[in-house]
Amino acid sequence: MSKFKKKTQVKQEIPTSSMPDVVFMLLFFFMVTTELRETSIEVKQGIPRATQLRKLMRKSLVANLYIGEPTKPALYGKEPKIQADDVFIEPKDIVRWVNEKKSELPENEREQLTVSLKVDRDAKRGLISDVEIELRKANARKLLYSTLQQKDDEEGR
Amino acid sequence: MARTTPEIPNASMADIAFLLLTFFLVTTTMPNNSGLSIALPPPPEAKPPEDVKIQERNMFKIQVNSSDALLIEGEPREDISNLREEIKAFVLNNGRNPESSDNPEKAVVSFKTDRGTSHKRFIELLDVIQGAYYDIYAEQAGVTNAKFREAASDLAVPANKEIYDKGRAGIPLNISIADPSKVGN
Repeated sequence: MSKFKKKTQVKQEIPTSSMPDVVFMLLFFFMVTTELRETSIEVKQGIPRATQLRKLMRKSLVANLYIGEPTKPALYGKEPKIQADDVFIEPKDIVRWVNEKKSELPENEREQLTVSLKVDRDAKRGLISDVEIELRKANARKLLYSTLQQKDDEEGR
Repeated sequence: MARTTPEIPNASMADIAFLLLTFFLVTTTMPNNSGLSIALPPPPEAKPPEDVKIQERNMFKIQVNSSDALLIEGEPREDISNLREEIKAFVLNNGRNPESSDNPEKAVVSFKTDRGTSHKRFIELLDVIQGAYYDIYAEQAGVTNAKFREAASDLAVPANKEIYDKGRAGIPLNISIADPSKVGN
C-alpha cells in the first residue's frame, strides 16, 4: 500500500502554455478549409451517398441548385421546390438563371459552367428531369449530382 | 538604468482565439463539390427526330418504377450487388455472347426512371452504372478506379489527360438516361 501512497502525493499538472498555439492552429485550419455560407438554404438537404465520385476543381465555374422539400412547410408548403441563390424558382425560370450565371463568367469560360444539383434523397425524379430539360434548353449541359462519399469495401478498386 | 519594458498581457489570448474558432466553426460549411458527373444530351429541339435503331442485343435496359422497384433486361430484381459485374461483362462482350453487345462502341446502358422514382434510388443505380464504366476505363489505363476518377476530375494536368484518354479509347460512356415516364408521381 505504501508504494501507492507515495505516488498520489506527486502533483500532476497539464501544461497549458501551448494551448493558444494549438487553438490557433485549429483556427487557421478552419479558416482555410471552409467557406462562408452565402445563402441560407431553405430546402431539406439530405444528400445521398455514392462511391464513384468526381471532384469539381474550379469553384468559380460551379452554379448550385438546391432541390428538396421546404424546411418551413407552414410558409412554403410540402411540395419539393427548387432554390437558386436566395429564391425559390420554377423550372421555367432556369434558362434565365443559367444565362445570368453565365454572364458573370469571363466569355471564354462560359461554356464550362457546371451545374451542381444538390438534391434531397427523397425528392422525385419528375421534378429533377424537368430541371434537366430546362438545363438542356439553356445549353448548360455539364451536370453534377452532388453526393457524399460512401465508405465501402469496393472503394479502393 | 532599469528600463521597464511594457508587456502586453497574453493570458487572454487563448480565450480570444477560442472565440474566433467558435465563430468560424458555426458560420462555415465544408465545401462539397463532388458527386456523380454526367453530360446532358443536346436541347430537345435541336435534336433530329430519333430514328436511330439500336439492336436489342446492344441495349442493357434498367428500369425503375415509382415505388423504386427494379426491372433489369425485363426481369424484376431485388439484389443489385452483381449488377456492376453484369454491366462490365455486357460492355466488354465484343460479340462473344450472341445475346450481349457487339462491341463497346455500340453498347448502350439504357436507364429509365419514373417521375415518382426517388432521387436516392436514382443515384444508387447511376453509381453502379458509372462504377462499371470507370472500372473498365481504369483497367484499360492500368490504374485503380479511384486514380482514374481523380485524373478525370482534373484534365488540365497533362499526365491526367493521358490516363483519361488511354482509359476512354474506344469505349464511349454510353449511358442513356431516358426522360421519365409520366406514370406515378
